[in-house]
Amino acid sequence: MSILIKGGRVIDPANGIDKVCDIYVKDGQIKKVSENIGAQADRVIDAEGKWVMPGLIDLHVHFREPGFERKETIRTGSRAAAMGGFTTVCCMPNTNPVTDNDIIVEFIKLKAQRAGIVHVLPIGSISKGMQGEELSDIGKMASAGICALSEDGKSVLNAALMKNAMRYASMFKLPIFDHCEDPSLTGKGQMNAGEQAAFMGLGGISNDSEEVIVARDMILAESTHTPLHLCHISTKGSVTLIKQAKERGVKVTSEATPHHFTLCDEDITDYDANYKMAPPLRSKADRQAIKEALRDGIIEVISTDHAPHHIDEKNCEFQQALNGIIGLETSFPLAKTELVDGGYLTPTGLVEKMSYNPAKILGDGRGTLSVGAAADITIADPDCEYIIDVEDMVSKAKNTPFGGRTVKGKILYTIVDGYIMVDNGVLMKK
Amino acid sequence: MFKSKDLLGLRDLSGEDIMEILTTAKEMKTKIDYAHLRDDTLKKASIVTLFYENSTRTKTSFMLAGAYLGGIVQDLGVSTSSVNKGESLIDTGLNIDKMGVKFMIIRHSMTGAAAVLARNVKACVINAGDGTNEHPTQALLDMYTILDYMGGFKGLKVVILGDISHSRVARSNAFGLVKLGAKVTLAGPSTLISGNMRALGVEVTSDIKGAIADADVVMGLRVQFERQKNMPFPNTREYAALYGINSELLKYAKPDALVMHPGPVNRGVEFSTDVIDGKNSVINIQVKNGVAVRMAILKLLYEANVDL
Repeated sequence: MSILIKGGRVIDPANGIDKVCDIYVKDGQIKKVSENIGAQADRVIDAEGKWVMPGLIDLHVHFREPGFERKETIRTGSRAAAMGGFTTVCCMPNTNPVTDNDIIVEFIKLKAQRAGIVHVLPIGSISKGMQGEELSDIGKMASAGICALSEDGKSVLNAALMKNAMRYASMFKLPIFDHCEDPSLTGKGQMNAGEQAAFMGLGGISNDSEEVIVARDMILAESTHTPLHLCHISTKGSVTLIKQAKERGVKVTSEATPHHFTLCDEDITDYDANYKMAPPLRSKADRQAIKEALRDGIIEVISTDHAPHHIDEKNCEFQQALNGIIGLETSFPLAKTELVDGGYLTPTGLVEKMSYNPAKILGDGRGTLSVGAAADITIADPDCEYIIDVEDMVSKAKNTPFGGRTVKGKILYTIVDGYIMVDNGVLMKK
Repeated sequence: MFKSKDLLGLRDLSGEDIMEILTTAKEMKTKIDYAHLRDDTLKKASIVTLFYENSTRTKTSFMLAGAYLGGIVQDLGVSTSSVNKGESLIDTGLNIDKMGVKFMIIRHSMTGAAAVLARNVKACVINAGDGTNEHPTQALLDMYTILDYMGGFKGLKVVILGDISHSRVARSNAFGLVKLGAKVTLAGPSTLISGNMRALGVEVTSDIKGAIADADVVMGLRVQFERQKNMPFPNTREYAALYGINSELLKYAKPDALVMHPGPVNRGVEFSTDVIDGKNSVINIQVKNGVAVRMAILKLLYEANVDL
């Protein structure tokens, strides 16, 4: 199978390219990138006026399998990923049973292979059963093919265990994706501590609940000389801490989610649990700091924290509702609208945040349109304006606050290993 | 004029709505003492109380208010119902909704529970207290009492003392009183109050004498340390010593200041016994006014939703 992508704006930060040219794909590989490629192809895609990017990569999704298949499965999550332009996703280990051993890792890989839609890379838990007491089978999971370690959903509260995990993981070149939250400070809080929480009568979660662990774990990364990736940064204080740590040479990277750079606590007006997440939607000032940190490269990655939940887990008392929202199908359009159209990122900057930089953290050669690279390619129409319709989404879950929102930027093609999974906005795999 | 389907909180009501409720409550008051004046305003409409938390005053006064106006009143004993088998709030509500019920009166430990129920059922939902959010009928009966004694709200200094952070009574009173022009001060130990409350248009302080100075109304709140995991205060004795109101402290308020409390009172903690039983106290009168206010709310909601 060969594909010729004609006349698109090719944006490939890995090679410093942002220009109109053609891409020729054959046998799952990128064979040629240049102007006016004359080769014959089984399929020609007219990409005039479109952005042609290395396949998007999401370091942070929850596919809920095994254990919570009523929320999402690896297959339905993969479908959502493809529709969102993602060719690679990393799925968090808070499954049931927890992804803390090689058997579950193999299971996830098998399910992903059977779905055969996008690359699904399992993340192993740091501690056994995510109980924060002893290390999980990190070496065996590394052999089975995990891409990272994480305790996402909570922090490893025992600092000594966290430090051990960092030192042990570095032996296998495994990055650690760190959810930063001190539960004693979160307490019974339900939303960002601030005037809106006072107005709504909901318990507040102050910024310090995130920042104390951000600070602690960067100190540990510094003393162990290991890399650390901080998940879903939400506060201005965290941004300042990260900036300071980078200045003294700590190997820290971090991510922000589309909801944290798009929404804020003032959007919570009606006890709609589709606005409930961890970390919570923060203040306007925090949101501004996140956008500026993305602009300035202090935060390098946009991740979705795609967190599907069943409707019964959201249509209930706010306090009872589970944390998180789905994000795969809205990530690119929101990032394009808020950050590129909003003047914070260039198109190249956006591709860095959504493909090139996450690939660097994974360190396995993704995130590029280099000749010889696997043909993971995403094509989007940057000018297509549309209203997000929750009913159009292919994720099994519908928990998103973005229904009805107007965005500009639509994914048209998702090509994985040279196969067209999304063709002119239509998912090919049923 | 009063048009809502539900009464969820004073945050959502206008000053006119509040005054309409208080004016209607005045008409209701005679029906409490004189049985022959009671009527069939509610025309046998059904009222179900769903109390997920304990209550003496609120539940009883709602049930009596419904009965005095000719409604059919039924309590869903939450502790003996299918809630104990894990039935969700929404499912419980949907089931009761199908039984021809006009009003559901809900008390729940979680903020927003009344709003969630109201979104999902046809019946009129009245919030009888949701988490740390609102307790609108308590605030309305407090405001009725203030209006009765003071004749108005404009410029009145109302100080509310105690565990502000966890008090739905303080919040509802703040929303309502500010709308009608009172100057509200919330006072309490720094761990039981947040500066963010200023968003409600109130003063926030930990200085108790300054707060009470020249107050027209001194409202105490029940101290409920048992609700909190991390104790925000060393112990009840220290609270009483530093923040308890006794007759000495009360001298800083205006001589005819009203002493109020939503009950149940911890004697010797929020207020000393001589203050509770003193000449300024209207604590027991508040309870009577509670029945009148709840009758007014049932009447107004019934009339606004008679076709529903």
